[in-house]
Amino acid sequence: MNKRTQAPPDAEPVAAARWPDDVYRVLKAARVGHMSYVPDAGHARLIELFHADSGAIVNVLTTEEEGIALAAGAWLGGQRSVLLMQSSGVGNCINTLSLATVGRFPLLMLVTMRGEWAEFNPWQVPMGTGTAAALAAVGVRSLRAETPAALVETVASAAALAYEADQQIAVLFAQRLLGAKKW
Amino acid sequence: MVSAVQPASTLRRRAAVAALLRDRGDLLVVAGLGSPAYDLHAAGDSDANFYLWGAMGSAALIGLGLAQAQPARKVLALTGDGEQLMGLGGLATIAVAKPANLVVAVIDNGHFGETGMQPSHTGRGIDLAAVAAACGFAETHKARDLGAVHALCAGLHRPAAGPRLFVIEVAAENPPRSLPPRDAVYQKNRFRARLGLPVS
Repeated sequence: MNKRTQAPPDAEPVAAARWPDDVYRVLKAARVGHMSYVPDAGHARLIELFHADSGAIVNVLTTEEEGIALAAGAWLGGQRSVLLMQSSGVGNCINTLSLATVGRFPLLMLVTMRGEWAEFNPWQVPMGTGTAAALAAVGVRSLRAETPAALVETVASAAALAYEADQQIAVLFAQRLLGAKKW
Repeated sequence: MVSAVQPASTLRRRAAVAALLRDRGDLLVVAGLGSPAYDLHAAGDSDANFYLWGAMGSAALIGLGLAQAQPARKVLALTGDGEQLMGLGGLATIAVAKPANLVVAVIDNGHFGETGMQPSHTGRGIDLAAVAAACGFAETHKARDLGAVHALCAGLHRPAAGPRLFVIEVAAENPPRSLPPRDAVYQKNRFRARLGLPVS
């Protein structure tokens, strides 16, 4: 796991960052053709890229656990699916993750963290503090990335672990990497 | 979406599901946990069946993912009122996704049959067909007798303009269990093999 001290001291604002485009390219290279999401500001560019991609099936969800079921269904039918959410949504997924772990369904979750760095909203702190522990408690591994370079590499590694090694993996995007939410 | 509570249906659930799946052809079927899974198994096990033993609320969404990945195949998500009530938001997600090859069939006994037959929200007047229609499902149908289920069966394979939801109202009963395999890896592998996909 990377240390926070490795994060850039002056991370660029989300809108100008290049890493979402790199993450998109990594996912396309991993032949991900199906994406579902509950939006987060940190995922805005990646969501935009998938919506603009006529070769990808995109689903907006009412709650994050729907995406666990969608990913399993897509895999049964031969498609690789990725699920985007923020850390608060991980809590919504817990019981449904049994589908992925018991069935050894490939699962790649990209989770933007809240509640851990320059957070203004106390309600984000409990789930942000417990994200990795909650996932670990039900058998889902998390890989945390603190810098843009580490993030892109981590998503590529997680995609291989998920789709080739049948693992259930969450990549946690450090809040420091995403930049403070403008309020 | 609360309608007047009708007299209890006398339709037997096993007969209803068997009638719906008569001439199923190459239909892919996902069944929710509990009685819908037992009903599907009793109607005939198949490599093209995927049965849940947990992850309550997921059957219709697994059906959506499968329908999107296999657009040339018809997909049936067989669920119960309790499970679909837990995944109510999923009806909105399915309606927005507009899969023309997905049918969600709710075997509605108005009760939580696995846990002591407590009345569910549909048993207290919530109308899932009306909810689905409000979400924008292309078609919703209700059946309360075998003749109506035969009509749904006849329409199962025809083209549709978008997702369909069938509510099949059945008697509150617990027929002898017909247990599908609990090993989800085994189920997954045989399902994918049936579709000609790699299994590891």
